[in-house]
Amino acid sequence: MTTFTRRRLLGLAALATATTLTLAACGGGDDDSSSGTSGTTVSDADVTAALQKGGNLTVWAWEPTLKQVVANFQKTYPNVKINLVNAGTGNDQYTALQNAFAAGSGIPDVAQIEYYALPQFALGKSITDLNQMGASSLKADFSPGPWASVQSGSGTYGLPMDSGPMAMFYNKDVFDKYKITVPTTWTEFLDAARKLHAADPKAYIANDTGDAGFVTSLIWQAGGKPYQVDGTNVTINLNDAGSQEFVKVWQALISEKLLAPISSWSDQWYQGLGNGSIATLNTGAWMPANFTSGAPAGSGKWRVAALPQWTAGGTASAENGGSSLAIPEKSSNKALAYGFLKYANDGDGVQTRVDNGAFPATVKQLNSDAFLNTEFKYFGGQKANEIFAASSKNVTPGWSYLPFQVYANSIFNDSVGKAYVSSTPLADGLKAWQDQSAAYGKEQGFTVK
Amino acid sequence: MADIAVPRRRSWTGWRFVGPFMAVFALVFLAPIVYSIYLSLFKNRLIGGNSFVGLDNYQQALTDPNFWSSVGRVSIFLVVQVPIMLFIALLVALAIDSGRLYGKSFFRISIFLPYAVPAVVATLMWGFIYGTQFGLVGNINDAFNITLPDPLSPSLILTSIGNIVTWEFVGYNMLIFYSALRTIPTTLYESAEIDGAGELRIIRSIKLPAIRGALVIATIFSIIGSFQLFNEPSILQNVAPNAITTYFTPNLYAYSLSFSGQQYNYSATVAIVMGVITMVIAYVVQLRGTKES
Repeated sequence: MTTFTRRRLLGLAALATATTLTLAACGGGDDDSSSGTSGTTVSDADVTAALQKGGNLTVWAWEPTLKQVVANFQKTYPNVKINLVNAGTGNDQYTALQNAFAAGSGIPDVAQIEYYALPQFALGKSITDLNQMGASSLKADFSPGPWASVQSGSGTYGLPMDSGPMAMFYNKDVFDKYKITVPTTWTEFLDAARKLHAADPKAYIANDTGDAGFVTSLIWQAGGKPYQVDGTNVTINLNDAGSQEFVKVWQALISEKLLAPISSWSDQWYQGLGNGSIATLNTGAWMPANFTSGAPAGSGKWRVAALPQWTAGGTASAENGGSSLAIPEKSSNKALAYGFLKYANDGDGVQTRVDNGAFPATVKQLNSDAFLNTEFKYFGGQKANEIFAASSKNVTPGWSYLPFQVYANSIFNDSVGKAYVSSTPLADGLKAWQDQSAAYGKEQGFTVK
Repeated sequence: MADIAVPRRRSWTGWRFVGPFMAVFALVFLAPIVYSIYLSLFKNRLIGGNSFVGLDNYQQALTDPNFWSSVGRVSIFLVVQVPIMLFIALLVALAIDSGRLYGKSFFRISIFLPYAVPAVVATLMWGFIYGTQFGLVGNINDAFNITLPDPLSPSLILTSIGNIVTWEFVGYNMLIFYSALRTIPTTLYESAEIDGAGELRIIRSIKLPAIRGALVIATIFSIIGSFQLFNEPSILQNVAPNAITTYFTPNLYAYSLSFSGQQYNYSATVAIVMGVITMVIAYVVQLRGTKES
């Protein structure tokens, strides 16, 4: 019996070790270095000098088109050596980044951060206010939606890299087959959903298993402003007029089982997009490349239309996704890093990325004829960028995310998700989400109303 | 004088032997535990930074409904799944050991095989099987024009996970039981046969008492395994995000707290509380299991 007692102990110790090692890797090292970082101004001349002088830059990003940008950049500035690291996509990278900030070492010089996650890093003062380097003068170069997304307080915390003005992708074959008109409002969308599912019980208007980014984007489009942030004062109200508009339509879609219970990015989802059992997809303008690679069977069948409207005849739109490049506060060479940011997101790098399929955030590319006239083979030769560009101009202003949106989104399915799989009303789910987000905010020291 | 010097030298000789082990032991076993206890006494906020809060985190954990619902869930899992799994494993071990099975080694290998499949792969595979749209369940629905209950719905998800875990670990437990059964001297069976005992009587009076120790070990491993449940729910979360919450099991809760919530301190607290609960339950089972022997 003694042997197994020891085994048990070892087993438990192993459990404890496994858990704590993970924790040990993340915690520790409280950040007390808020000393004298403000006010250091870097002029354009400094940036140019840094680019000529050269040096090493570590860039953490997962955006695929950056690879070519880095190659071109190093050709233009041969003294600069860039180490492009893919430290994971989205949340995985933020975890790594937050761990590096907490540890105070291994911090990259440039990091890709999505718009919804940017306020969290800005608030933690772990990334640099680019206004110190004159970023505010670049305002006119970017479309207003993405530019607003990189502002926090009075600072600019990143340069917009891409954007995701929303549009409705739809399978024209399916709509033609059942003689359903392509919806222009969400009410028509609901009708179309009913007709389609009645005509073919295996087909759905869309898939949805509860996606925080999607829900917040639709509330955004409806004019809702559920999150108001003023420094550390936060107001959360997921029952405002915009949210109610959303709930009305979506509750009907859920209750009548008109949404395919398939999670986005799953194998089933790609199959559904290819075989016509998912008839529409309302998402950001960065989607086309994913269609081509993930659902080749749907090529030629899909088209793009403006996002359905909450009020007939409207043109309102919203952003879904999109990211920026930011410079960590502890970057060793900020002038050089800013030089790279400007090149990649405002300078020659933008065209390189657009050529490789990215959707830009810069006005110059958005308005260029070459961009607007690009014909998409997947969409039957349609000039889809025209629709995306129009959507980009019509993004409803005044939206802001929570300074802890990353966490809030991670618990979305705990609360709102219940509405998708049980009889819990959607409005109650949103209320629970609001309460849990507020509780976390208070826990983290915010004043939440 | 010499008397004093000699025992001192002796004591150091001993340390030289255990020293390396103690150093590694302290570094990889004790230090993490001590560090997580240290972490659990602080609270690091986005606004306001790090501060010492004493036992506040423990107080919060003890009254945290999410935490207790996760503990409740794994407890139900433990009480239902573990007996089923161990019973099947015992049945198979006895059947193989009975010597009346044709192709004994084939059955032994094929039942053990799932244990050799990594849990991640196994769960992904079962995820496909459970799919009601394009998975096996969906295919059966289509073929027979019926509607099977969705194994990934909130009311069935725990059962579905139990099914996966049973599939994975029956072979492992079977092997523990089987090897214990093989150590029973065959002379016992012979004398039982002479006394006129049937197969059931042999099982009841010879085999089961002889493998009691193995049964207790398997039970304790299973208890620890249940409380540590993580892989299966964490992977199925991708296909059933609304059925599996971020606090589905205590381990998953600790993971979500630290990785998406940046609440390392509270996460450490949850891990410690859960470790203590597991230890207590495993200890009680061990005491009860070995009382009569």
